[in-house]
Order: sequence, then structure tokens, then C-alpha cells
Amino acid sequence: MFRIYCPYCGELREEEEFHPKGPAHLARPADPDNCTDEQWGDFLYFRDNPRGLHNELWVHALGCRKFFNVTRDTQTYLIKGSYRLGESPDQARTSGDQA
Amino acid sequence: MRQTNRLSDGGRIDRSKPMTFSFNGNQYSGYEGDTLSSALIANGVNVIGRSFKYGRPRGIVAAGADEPNAIVQLGATEATQVPNVRATQQPLFDGLVSQPTSGWPSLKFDLLGFSGQLFGRALPPGFYYKTFMFPQAAWKFYEKHIRKAAGLGRSPTEPDVDEYDHLNQHTDVLIVGAGPAGLSAALTAARSGAHVILADEQAEMGGSLLSSRSRINGAEASQWVADTLQELAGMDNVLLLPNATVNGYHDHNFLTIHERRTDHLGDRAPENQTRQRMHRVRADWVVLATGAHERPLVYANNDLPGCMLASAVSTYIRRYAVIPGHSLVAMTTNDAGYQAAFDWQDAGRNVVALVDTRQAPTGDCVEEARRRGIRLLIGHAVIEAKGSTRVSAARVAPLSEDGQHLTGPAEKLACDTIASSGGWSPAVHLSCHTGGRPVWNDEVIGFVPGESLQRQSIAGAIAGTFDLAGCLEQGTQQGAEAARQAGYEAKPASLPTVEEPATGNAMALFCIPHEQRISRAPKQFVDFQNDVTAAAIELATREGFESIEHVKRYTALGFGTDQGKLGNINGMAIAAKSMNKTIAETGTTIFRPNYTPVTFGAIAGRHCDDLFDPERHTAMHDWHVRHGALFENVGQWKRPWYYPKPGETMQQSLDRECLATRNGVGILDASTLGKIDIQGKDAREFIGRVYTNAWAKLAVGKCRYGLMCGEDGMVFDDGVTSCLGEEHFLMTTTTGGAAHVLEWLELYHQTEWPELEVYMNTVTDHWATMTIAGPDSRKLLAELTDDIDLDKESFKFMDWRQGTVADVPARVFRISFTGELSYEINVPANYGLDVWEALFEKGERYNLTPYGTETMHILRAEKGFIIAGQDTDGSMHPYDLGLDWAVKEDKPYSFIGKRGMKREDCLRQDRKQLVGLKTKDPSIVLPEGAQAVDDPKQPVPMTMLGHVTSSYYSANLGRSIAMGVIRGGHQRSGETVYYPLSDGRVVEAEITSTLFLDPKGERQNV
Repeated sequence: MFRIYCPYCGELREEEEFHPKGPAHLARPADPDNCTDEQWGDFLYFRDNPRGLHNELWVHALGCRKFFNVTRDTQTYLIKGSYRLGESPDQARTSGDQA
Repeated sequence: MRQTNRLSDGGRIDRSKPMTFSFNGNQYSGYEGDTLSSALIANGVNVIGRSFKYGRPRGIVAAGADEPNAIVQLGATEATQVPNVRATQQPLFDGLVSQPTSGWPSLKFDLLGFSGQLFGRALPPGFYYKTFMFPQAAWKFYEKHIRKAAGLGRSPTEPDVDEYDHLNQHTDVLIVGAGPAGLSAALTAARSGAHVILADEQAEMGGSLLSSRSRINGAEASQWVADTLQELAGMDNVLLLPNATVNGYHDHNFLTIHERRTDHLGDRAPENQTRQRMHRVRADWVVLATGAHERPLVYANNDLPGCMLASAVSTYIRRYAVIPGHSLVAMTTNDAGYQAAFDWQDAGRNVVALVDTRQAPTGDCVEEARRRGIRLLIGHAVIEAKGSTRVSAARVAPLSEDGQHLTGPAEKLACDTIASSGGWSPAVHLSCHTGGRPVWNDEVIGFVPGESLQRQSIAGAIAGTFDLAGCLEQGTQQGAEAARQAGYEAKPASLPTVEEPATGNAMALFCIPHEQRISRAPKQFVDFQNDVTAAAIELATREGFESIEHVKRYTALGFGTDQGKLGNINGMAIAAKSMNKTIAETGTTIFRPNYTPVTFGAIAGRHCDDLFDPERHTAMHDWHVRHGALFENVGQWKRPWYYPKPGETMQQSLDRECLATRNGVGILDASTLGKIDIQGKDAREFIGRVYTNAWAKLAVGKCRYGLMCGEDGMVFDDGVTSCLGEEHFLMTTTTGGAAHVLEWLELYHQTEWPELEVYMNTVTDHWATMTIAGPDSRKLLAELTDDIDLDKESFKFMDWRQGTVADVPARVFRISFTGELSYEINVPANYGLDVWEALFEKGERYNLTPYGTETMHILRAEKGFIIAGQDTDGSMHPYDLGLDWAVKEDKPYSFIGKRGMKREDCLRQDRKQLVGLKTKDPSIVLPEGAQAVDDPKQPVPMTMLGHVTSSYYSANLGRSIAMGVIRGGHQRSGETVYYPLSDGRVVEAEITSTLFLDPKGERQNV
């Protein structure tokens, strides 16, 4: 059971308060209507499955309801840290935000 | 019965507190401080069970969690049955009732024992697959008997009478194991001020020190244990948990501790006490001081009762003052094994021989053995045990230097007990739970924990440190390190002085050779619980199983409830040798939670019965209960399903509710529908992007049905959204989808469109919603409101109005899920029951009839309205459902789902499409899920066209109706399809429109 840092609440909280929402930084194509089937299919279905560090989207579902990103090692399950939407993975942290 | 094997003095039992207990129907006596196994030994009980595959008699081998044979069923009553208890870990209490679990059908004689002795050689590894899998149909028969024979006990058939709970805890330092390393770690960490939890699986803390011959600070080691515990107990920052097994080590230093609070007191927990507690601990730092398990040596017939671990023999003598026999042959590869012989001799019984496999052992123990005049057989081994239900002799032969060959003839030594010590395997189990891989260490002759991923360290025997002084020193070091890691300043503690024998090198030996090769020798057991022999492991490698994980699965090595604590390393050594590899090369299998079996009660804690899952009730719930409603679970909601009157069948109730609604007026509690309040200047734009249809022109006071799709274009929710103000909307969702929809909206707002100014929140619980439907609904509503103009021209279908209903502020929506004239009245939830009752007061003259979800389903199906999640399954887009009108493709923003539903696959003409279905025989109601075929006479497997999604008997139509999907169904109206059912019937049905009733929608536009 993970302990996840919410960069909006500024607290480490139990995993059961959060929902995982897949890979982070997965942008919806700007012009869906002009995507080919293949491009849209890539966006819809194809995901990287790295062994090691992985940036993923989580939501503090039973907390502040904010979405944020988590950098987690898929092999060890250790979490490097969390960062807000709009921030970059190198800003991942496990403390320092004001609640 | 007399305790024939009880010593007259010594031990840590309380002879002033005698207790009686039963095993296998016989009465015995023991003392407080005994375990069930020590008490059985005291009473001379040799045979505890029968082995699972061969039915061989088995006795007690170990004294702790590693015990494979003495697995018992506890419980004086049906409700207090506990399967799978290790007698070695069960403290004795007065009145304890136990049964063997592996003795089916009896200890003395059983079917498998008979067959095993007859056909032993015919049961090779993989025997399930080889023997029982064919013919396939017979597996069910075999399985039943194999499971019964598997010695796993049985679960109680009555509810557990005891209470269990969970306790969440945070701590600076958690120390697992209260032996020398754990105790010294706890002392050092606690003295720094850190909060410390010290957990140990045994009733008494102290571990090996409780039976040690070594001395600390010039006194018995147990005195140091008592002093240390006394100091710890006096500290506010320390929690001592005896009888508490740390059974799981999970991610991010989350550990579960299974504490047996009253299992040592009686069959049931005393009044007002919880029987067991699961501690859920988040620790800043963990010190694993779990010790080590002694390895038995593998020799022929080593499973005979009387063959025991050397350390277990010592533990029984020194700690419990019981001696498991009269004459001992002890075999060892290391100095630790000598203690059993010394303890045995000190207890006044005969040590026949001490057999050391080493050619030139040195060290204090060897000297002492000589001094004591014990017959010492250097460079020898016990190659075979003799006896039928108890050891009667040991065959001992000289061994080559590498231990792989015999160098001379065997001598037969009469004895009734053979103790063996093959060295110690560090108890690495917890270190594996989060993915750590143990590594082989030639010096330790065992696997030690590999690199740790967690904030954790190891101390003592788990690290391969087997001497007492080393354990104490390492414990102190790691206790200080743990405290420092948790942010405390730790002062180095001074170490106690230790008197212990100097030891020589141990020998790496696992399987003792026999005069005959492994495959021909009498059985040499490796895993007692699964009857895995050395020959079976060798055969598995000969059959080509090279990965140790495959060998394990093929032979079932380590598959028992003991998880191979006793036999795994021996098995791996044998596998490695037969493949001409080193153990380091073949590696080890790893362990998963739980360390030892856990009762379901402890796992469930208080989460049972009423507290199993929260129930959500609407404001009118009590009314439904009072009026006899039966309930349906929808998510966590309890929704009225239907309201049977006395004597009615379910169908009669539904017919009555359906007819009353279409001919007069019915009422539905619709409070559970999800309601999301959406506000902000971009709310309208936002809604237009998440729904498939148009929202730009929806005026204040108007409502509209919307379809929600995923990016793949598939429908996942639907509902009516109303415009409350230019920048204010109320969205409704399906009951079960409410939370998911809100999260979906937040996802898109926060990640894709943060520039939109929109705010949303759930208001489901804020409102009580009651739907009145039927031709009389307007007349009924008119009696309860005087500020809402109900005229059909001013309050039209798909309008909503603010006003008062029954003197309560209300929003009234003129929307319909039944196709009838219908109003959905929303009032603040606290007024819900009041308004509901007011409706019934005025509704009496209209025969206002409450209806539940089942009638709602029938009425909507008569109109062909879909239920997302019932008529859709995540693979249907709006066009499949015939909802073309609800997709507005020319909206300026490419709404969610638009691109997805244009993929090539979504444009196929032969997709499964939703149609109406009318059976040729109007009385037959198709089962939901039934599969359509074109030709019911075609050979199996038939080509299936699609399944029935909704099916009911409609009293209003006087016939059955159904909806379902059919390949290319929209082009097949009027055609016939067939539904072959599992009972052999074939139902013929016509493909129709889904509009079974009032196709022009005249009933709702009045």
C-alpha cells in the first residue's frame, strides 16, 4: 500500500484516498478530427510500459479532488515524488507544499 | 493421563497451574506456559497426523512456525473452529479441544495411507497432472477427495462468535522479533526517545535466549531478557506486542501485524475483549530481527515420528521441561547441534551417540562432548531411520570428506529419537515481501536478505550472525541506526558480557547419501507437508525442469501452509546438485505474505455484517421499509425494487405497479440519481464538450437529455441536464455512475481545459427526488402547489420550474423516463419524507402507487429507453444504440467521443446494434444474456449474432418485450432470429423497433 504525497494538500496520505488514472503527460490531440485512425488509435490505446521510473496521473479522489502527477518506479514501487499539473517531473517532491 | 515425558524440574512452565485438554478425542493434561505441542510431547503422543500423499505417520518435528506436521483443528464448538493451527505456536489453555487435520479418515488407518504404501512408487512429482487430469471430466471427482485429503482442516459452518479489530498505527521504529538482536535493538532505539513497536510471534519474548545455555552478564540469558523487557515495559514510547506475528511487509514500510490477544486464554475471547487484532503499521524504519530456522538433514525415513530438529529438542527440554524420548542419536553438521545432546544428557536420559558429519570438528562443544563421555562419531552420518510409527534405530555410516559418499558399512544404533541439525537458514521471508531477492552466502551456508528497497535493516541471525555476542552487538548497532534514521540521537549502549562456546566451521551438507542411490533408497523427505522427497526433486530436474520456480511448482515443494520453512533450502540444494550447479546459481524461490496463516476474522476486523460496506439510504427510506418494499443494491444505495402486497407474487406486484402508473399515477423515489451542480462562465461550453449533443442554445428553464462517451466513442453514461441559469447547470447521471462521472469531468477540466472557468460539485445527497408519472400526475401535483403554473402550454415537456410543493421550496422537472406525463419533484433532502407523505395524502384519491426500480425498468423498456450499463457494455456508440439524434457532429469543438466513433471499425454496417425483440410466443420472456443465431440447427459452435440486454413481461402490452443487440440489426427489422437456451428450448423472436408503446410519444405531450 503506497503512501502518496498530494502536492495540493501538502501531505503524505494513504493510497486508498487516491485513484490512479494512467500515464501522465498524455495530451489529447489538438485537432482530433484531422487525426488518422492510426494516430487516434495510438492516443486511445497504446501506452508505454517502462520498467523503472514512470510518470503517472493520480487524483486525490477522497481528498481535494485535484489531479497531479507521480513519479513511481514500476519495478520497486518506490515513489520519487509528486508534482502538480504544469510542473515537470524534475520538480517531483514529497514535501514542501503549503496545505 | 500421566505426563510421562515431563521433567521434574526446570522449564518456563507453571507447575502450579495444571490444565486439561483434548487431542483427537483423548484427554490429556499440561501446564500453563506449555504450547499444545509441548503438552502433547509431555503426554507421549507420537503420531500427530498422516502425510497427505503417502499417508505416512508423522510427529512433531519443530518448536515454532516452521512445524510442518503438527497442524491441528482447534475449537470446542462449531462456531469457534479454527483450521490450520500449528500446535507448536498454540499456547495451551484449560479446556482446549484439538483434532488432527491431516488424518482423514482416521489417524490409525486411512485410505491414502493404504494406497500410499501400496502404490508409493506410482505417485511421482506432477502426479496430479499425470494421474488425475484425464479424463478431464473426472477431475471434479478427484479434486473433491484430494482437497479433503490435503490436510488443510475445515472452516466452521457457523458464524464466528468473537470480535476482531484493526488498529492503524504510525511508529518511528518497528522491530520484528524479540530475540537477542531484536531486544537489544529495541533497547537502544527506545532509549533515544524514538517510538518503538517490538513484535514477536511467541507468547513469551526472548526467542532463542529462553532455551540458551549461554550466559549474559554472568547470569542465565533469560535473566537478561527479563531485565530488558522490564526496562522496555516501563517506557511510554515503547509498545510490546507478544503473540503478534508480523505477517506482511508491504510497500512503503506498511506492515501488518496479526496479534492473537486472547487465543492463549480460551476457546472464546473473554467478554468485551477482541480475540485478535490486525495492526496496520506505517513505520519510519524497520529492523528485521526474525532469526533463523534450523534445517533438518535429509536422510532415509527421516519423516518417522521421533525425527526432530536438534534445536527443537533443546527448546522442549529447556523451555517446556518435556523430553521427546528416552534415547537420542543426534546428528549435526555444526556446533549448534551439540546442545541437544547436552540438554538430553542433563535431563537424565541416554545419549546413544553424537554423530558429526565433519571430519575434524573443533570448538568448545566438541571438547565438552568428549568431557561428558558422549559417544562421538566424527565423520559419520545417520543414513536411515528405522521403525514403523516411531523411530526404533538409526543406521549410522562413515562419510567421505565432502559428505557425498559413504566410506564404510553402516552400524545400527537403537534409539527412539533422532535429532538433526543441518545449520541455520535465515528467516528472510519478510524481506522478500516487497520484492527483495535473497542471495546465497557460502559462509553462512544459507540465503540472506538481498539489497533492501525499503527503509529497513536487518540484525542477528537473519543476517547470518549466529553467535550471541554478534547478535547483541548487531542489534544495538541497528537499533541506533533505526533511531537516527527516524530523527533521534542514539547513544551507543554498552554491550553485556557474554559467555558462549567458541564454535568451529560448519559443513555445507543437506542430503545424506545412502547405500542405494536417491531413486532407490527409502524415501528421503524434503517437504513434509507435501510429501516431496529428494528423489522427486531429482526426477523433476531429470524431466527437464531447470528453473527453481518450475521445480517448486512441479513437485509442490514449499506449497504447504508452512511455505517450506523447513524444507525449501534442502530442496534447492538437492535440485542444484542434480543439475551440477551451485545453489547460488540455481537461486531460491521467494516468499509472499502471509508469513503464517491468518484467520479471516482478523482480516475482516469490524468490516462485517452491518459494517461490511456503507449503505446509502434516501430521505424516504424508512417509508419504503414501512410499506414493505424489497430493496435492490445499486452501488451502495438501497433502492426500492418493488412493493409487494400480501399474497402477491413478484410478477403480480410488477403488473399492478405498471398498470397503475400508465392508467393513473405512480411514484418513484429517484433520489439516488447522481446530481452534479456545474457553474461558471464556461459551464455551457464545458457541457458541450463532454456530451455528444448540442447545448449552445438550451435556454434557462429547459432540460435536455445528454449522452456521455469516452474518447473511443462508446457510451458510458447518460442523463438529463437542466439549465438553471445562463452560467448554471444541473447534470444528472446514472445512480451507479455518479462518482465516476464527476471524476471524469474533473479530469478533463483539470488536465485538458484548465482555461475554462467552470466549477462542479456533487449535490446528489442535497436533494430528495420523487418522480410522479402517469396521466393523473398533473392533477396530483396541482393539489400541492399554487405557485407553479402547470398549464401544458406554459410548463412544457422538458421544462423545469422553481416553486413550492407542499409548502417546501422545490425544483420541478417535467421530464419522463416512462413515456408518461411525468414530473420530477426535487426538494431539499431533509424535507423529502414530508413532501413524499404529503403526495400520498393527496394522492389517495388517484390511487397513487409507489413503484420500484423493476417497474421503472419495464416502463422505460416499453418506450425503448436505454439504461447505460445494462443495454450498453462499453462497446456501443450512440449510432449502435439508434441514438443518432443525440449526436451533433457539427459542434465547433471536437467533443469527447466524436473522433472515436468515426474510426473505421465503428462505421461497419455489421456492428451489433440495439433492436427490439418480440418473441413469437408472447408469453415467453427471453432470458437476458441469451444469444441470437440465424439458424438454430447449425452445428456447435454456432455463429452468434448478439445477446438480449433487457427482457420483461409487460402488463400494459399483455406480452413479453425485449431489447438486445443483433449484428446489423438496424437493417433487419421484421426478420426472425432464434435464441437456443441452455435448457434445450429454442425461442423464436422477431426483430422490431425498440418503441413498443406509444411510438409517437403522445402520452407525455399532454
